[in-house]
Amino acid sequence: MIPPVLVELARQFGFLSFLAIGGVNSLIPEIHRRVVDVQGWMTNAEFAQAFAISQASPGPNMLIVSVIGWKVYGFLGALVATVAICLPTSVLTYGIAHVWDRFRGAPLRAAIQRGLAPVTVGLVLASGYVLAQTTDDGWVSYALTAATALLALNTRRHPLWFLAAAAVLGALGLA
Amino acid sequence: MRENTPSTGTAPASAGELFLGFLKVGLSGFGGVLPFARRMLVEDRRWLDEREFTEVLSLSQFLPGPNIINVAVIVGNRFRGPFGSLSAVLGLMLMPFLIVLALAALYSHFDTLAAVRGATAAVSSAATGLVIATGLKMARPLLGTPWQVAIGLLGFVALAIARVPLLWALLVLAPLAIAIAWATRERRAR
Repeated sequence: MIPPVLVELARQFGFLSFLAIGGVNSLIPEIHRRVVDVQGWMTNAEFAQAFAISQASPGPNMLIVSVIGWKVYGFLGALVATVAICLPTSVLTYGIAHVWDRFRGAPLRAAIQRGLAPVTVGLVLASGYVLAQTTDDGWVSYALTAATALLALNTRRHPLWFLAAAAVLGALGLA
Repeated sequence: MRENTPSTGTAPASAGELFLGFLKVGLSGFGGVLPFARRMLVEDRRWLDEREFTEVLSLSQFLPGPNIINVAVIVGNRFRGPFGSLSAVLGLMLMPFLIVLALAALYSHFDTLAAVRGATAAVSSAATGLVIATGLKMARPLLGTPWQVAIGLLGFVALAIARVPLLWALLVLAPLAIAIAWATRERRAR
């Protein structure tokens, strides 16, 4: 008998997989809404921790999904959530990659890409906003978020440097 | 069938080679691995040339799902069929998946320590800043086109402020934006 919560994990993230245009970064508000507000699988603070852990790990942005699955149902939960966010769209991609090349230069393809670009931007910025609300408490953490955003925009340093610096500040109780 | 005959470069000899190539990509990047995928595919292994990579990337970004997973599916399939796709995706995900779970386990073990809690909270705040920076960078090339700015703002307000379910927001915004892009295509082409 498969535990109902595993089925729910597969259902939730399998569905979200299809809404992830522009990658999982743009999915954060929706994941937060479902996982914290609707399902009640974790608290705001736990969501923020899951985000931090996923960002401190190498690999794709979507690892927050693995951490949420782990929190909900251990290793099996992590596996189910991760496969669920990857598999449905991988199959779709596999099917479409075969026909896509034939539409190279087609005006509709160009219009779709030009139309979706600003939608993606809106979603990613909404993710930033929701994350700030979820993770930041007090002016010090908002200042850390703003400073990191400004530095990332204006320097070419590897993002890991910013995360490492923040970890040191935080461990010392300075942020 | 040009998709099976890349114009330049060397094809990976086996699904195992695809697995190893993407294994390295999975371990290289923090907060997104696309730049490392490009380096591996175009510069190190030369499985794709620059133009082929851009095409694979634009298709990956256009399709739903994690972009880098889509890149692995397309590249794996191009050289070794469905088994190639599977090898590439497994190679990409295996180590990050195990590492993030190890980190989560470690965290839950030490989360009573003030230093660990402080470091995690600060990393979370900084990583939020990185997401915002990514969004602003993506916004820059669109700022000269008023309707794209309007669509971006609408998307932001719907998701961030009004907290509309993503499905409804996409069902309204995506067709609207594509219709505007279609209607304005002529002027842009000249």
